[in-house]
Formats: sequence, structure tokens, C-alpha cells
Amino acid sequence: MDFDVNLDLPDNQKNNKTIDLDTNTIYDVLILGGGPAGLTAAVYCMRKGVKTGMLIDIIGGQVIKTSSIENYMGYKYIEGNDLIKRFKEQVKQFEIGLRKEDPAVNIKPSNIIEIESKSGKIFKARSVIVATGKSPRWLDIPGEQELLGKGVAVCATCDAPFFQDKNVTVVGGGNSGVEAALDLVDIANHVTIIQDVDELTADQILIDKLNQYDNYDVIYGHTVTEVLGDDFIEGIKIKDYDTKEVERRETEGLFVEIGWVPNSGFVEGTLELNKWNEIKVDCACHTNQPGIFAAGDVTSVPYKQIIIAGGEGSKAALSACEYVMRN
Amino acid sequence: MALLDESAKSKIKEFLTDMEDEVQIEFFTQEIECNNCKQTHQFLTEVAELSNNLSMTVYDFVENEDIAKEKGIERIPAVTLLDKDGNDYGIKFYGVPGGYEVNSFLKAILEVSGNEEEIEDEIMERINNVGQKVNIKVFVSLSCPYCPKAVQNAHTLALKNENITGEMIETSSFPELTNKYNVSGVPQIVINEENELVGAQPITEFLDIIESL
Repeated sequence: MDFDVNLDLPDNQKNNKTIDLDTNTIYDVLILGGGPAGLTAAVYCMRKGVKTGMLIDIIGGQVIKTSSIENYMGYKYIEGNDLIKRFKEQVKQFEIGLRKEDPAVNIKPSNIIEIESKSGKIFKARSVIVATGKSPRWLDIPGEQELLGKGVAVCATCDAPFFQDKNVTVVGGGNSGVEAALDLVDIANHVTIIQDVDELTADQILIDKLNQYDNYDVIYGHTVTEVLGDDFIEGIKIKDYDTKEVERRETEGLFVEIGWVPNSGFVEGTLELNKWNEIKVDCACHTNQPGIFAAGDVTSVPYKQIIIAGGEGSKAALSACEYVMRN
Repeated sequence: MALLDESAKSKIKEFLTDMEDEVQIEFFTQEIECNNCKQTHQFLTEVAELSNNLSMTVYDFVENEDIAKEKGIERIPAVTLLDKDGNDYGIKFYGVPGGYEVNSFLKAILEVSGNEEEIEDEIMERINNVGQKVNIKVFVSLSCPYCPKAVQNAHTLALKNENITGEMIETSSFPELTNKYNVSGVPQIVINEENELVGAQPITEFLDIIESL
């Protein structure tokens, strides 16, 4: 085994100027979310000199789960974790209020907007940027949560080693599904991809990589309807979309990679959402509420890409700063 | 050949300048070292050289059986950390603290040195109130970006309350143990042998389980 070092050292005090987010301060801009959109917005706000805070769950958001990134300009190849580390370093040079692992659960629009965090704290701000991103979508079928960590998995890079020489199934044939399959084909005996439509929807470059292996197959036009097993996964039930026929299949592992859902639940009823529950924004990141802006994957802006989320984050920051200056 | 390249060394060195006081690394291995023991040994030796506040003691699991027993070391490679007064906080690393776990390892050194992260009063009170013996095992793989946080939570609890011990168990070094605990997803957290948590969970989730024991 090669010795690998993935250094992501917790904040060295000398290089970390961030301060605790404070319930008694009225922030000019409060950024909700710590992915590429939120981190970019933070840098723009601090450079504008407005009083800024961040209320986030996990720094890095979805990017942490991405093993390799080959389309973020300036880097021919970079690992997700490494890119986020660089984003973080750029944010931590500022005296910005920061609270981690305590995402927003409620928002009350007003002249001074009130944000409630999961732990029950109330933070106040003149303007807010919602950049809460997306979370993995679940199948929502019997057995899925019960057997999570018992054969049902959501992080192929984390858990692939436990499926050595086993026959495993990946649900989803988009980028995340094919990436998971790529993490698994080297280790597992056989990988079956279950895809709802008639083709893989991942980028061609990923499909080409997968085609170099012969220990995988794809079942098209099917979905998984149940995970079977008592203490550990024993099999799954899959359903043909056309014939509605349900078939039982043996499998020793199930990786759920069926895309993402926007983290917009806490703004439902406050901000206007589209039919996919994404926050509706105009081209300058305004929502339907004055003083509340949104950016990145949680919004209606098409194409979920790191470079787009970063760009949207900068726009939202500039719009929020302009709003604060005018009011 | 060195395991750490120059860039990693200089980053770790800078990080370790935040140490408040001396820390002793105790390493348990055996005369004819297993591959992962060898690797861990070399890694620890390289890290120990990066700060004047770090020293290292190597024990032979067989020859120093009494010490291993006293420390509750059950398998090797194993690492524990002692503060300047020789206090053992019940923090253990079983297996290679490499990959992403380098971060939880270095963080633990900082904490044991006295540079402790502040904990909110409410949570601190809950930790202080734990009166029974609690053992937390955190199973990890070295390619898991969510795992170090789970290990750190276990170590924080161990540091703050002497009734609690927190162990990282690196699965590739201990396949049998991994099988025994039926681990197929990491981080998998096992509290007092029977209670399980899967995934990156906040410290309050650990406490919820501990309080329900």
C-alpha cells in the first residue's frame, strides 16, 4: 500500500483570521453555505469592506465528494478537497465571522433579516446570500435507510475498499453514478449500473474511461424499488419502467448516486421556488425578497458547475453589497 | 525514502508551531514489523522530527506486554499521545494514521499539547455529565474525507472526560475486526460495542447516544 497524505490541516492560528459568528452583531451580509458560491461571495464581500458572516454546514459542500476536477480553469487536474483547501485559505485571510456545522433552518425577511440556525441561535443581517447548495438525493424506498452502512452506501471513494471482489450495484448513470462505478470497477468483482433512461447521461470522457473495463454492465429503463436484507444487504428489487415488471436481484452492495436535491426547504414559503425546488433568481442573483440574494446550485441558474457557482457567488456578493450601500 | 515530501513537511512543521507544550508519541509495534507497522513507524518518526515539542517512545507489543496491557492496547500498530505530565487521555490510533487521517492525528497532537478548541458551554456541560465508562470506536478508510471529523469528535470527548476513550480504527490494517463489526461504510462509529452511528455526525449525536446508554 502506498502511503498517501491528504493534508487539510485545521486552521493554523497565524493564517486564520476568521472570528466566531456573533448573535449580537448585525452583519451587512450573512452568507448561508460554504461551497464554491458561498466561499467566493465571502471573498468579494470582505474585499468590499462590508461586515460579513458565514453560517454553514460543511465547508466545501459537494466538491469535497468529488475526486477529480478537470474543468476548473487554471488547473488541468485537481482533487476536490485540494481545490476547497485553496478556496478556504483565500477566505481565512479575512476577519470574517464564521460558524460551521450549524446550517440555517429558518429565515425571516425584514429590514433586519433574522436567520435561525439548527442549534437554535438567531443571527441578524441587513442582507443575506443563500448559497446552501444541494444534498444527495435518496431513493426513498424501503430498506434504504435501514441498511445504510450495511451494504447501502453513498460515498464510493470512502467505501469502495469494503466491496473487494464483491458484486455491487450503482443506481444512477449520470456523472456521479459513473464516477462511483469507476471507483468500484478496479476493486469489485462486478459492477451493475441501474439507469432510468435508455443511455448513460454522464460526460463522454467518463463513459470512455468506464468502457476500458469489461466487468460492468448497465440495465437501462429500470429503477430500484426496495433494498432487501435484515442485518446486511442481500439483494434489491428493480422495476422495468415500461412493463412495470418487478424483478429480484442479488447484490452485495448498493451505491445510491441519483443526483442531488436543492437545500431550499428552509426558505420554502419565503422565497419563490421553481418546480425543482430551486430558488428563482434573476441575472443579478435577486430573489423575490428585497435584501435576500441566492447563488450556486440551490438556484434556478442552469448547469451545476463549480466555475458557475463561483461566478454566481461573486455576482450575489456584488448585488448584496450594492443593496447594503443604498439602504 | 521519506514518506512526507518537503511541502508536506513544511506545512506540518508550521502547524505544529501552535503546540502549547510537549507531547510524547507512544508507538506500539513488534520486532518483525508488519507492513502497516513499518509505515506507521516511519511516518511517526518523520512527524516527531518536525517539532522540538514532540518526542517518541517505541514499545514492543510482545516484550512490553505489561505496558500494553496497562494502556489497554489491543492490537498493533497502535499510537497513543501523552501530555507533558505523562497524562494519557484515552486517545488511540489503531492502524495507519495516513491519508485523510493525518489531519485528525495532527489535530490530536495540538489538543493534547494544551491548544484545545473551544467548546460551547451547553455541549461542555453535557460532556462533563457523562459518569459511566464509554468507549468510542471510529472505523475509517484513508480515502474518506468525512472520517477525520468523526475521529476528532471521539477524541474531543475523550480529552474532556476521563470516563470516555476514543479510538480510530483504520480498516485496511484490521480486516478481521472490520468484519467482526460488519463495517461496510465509513465513518462507522461504535459506542460501547453495541450502539452504532454511520456517517459524519456532529458531537451532539454522539452525546445523544451516550446519554441514552
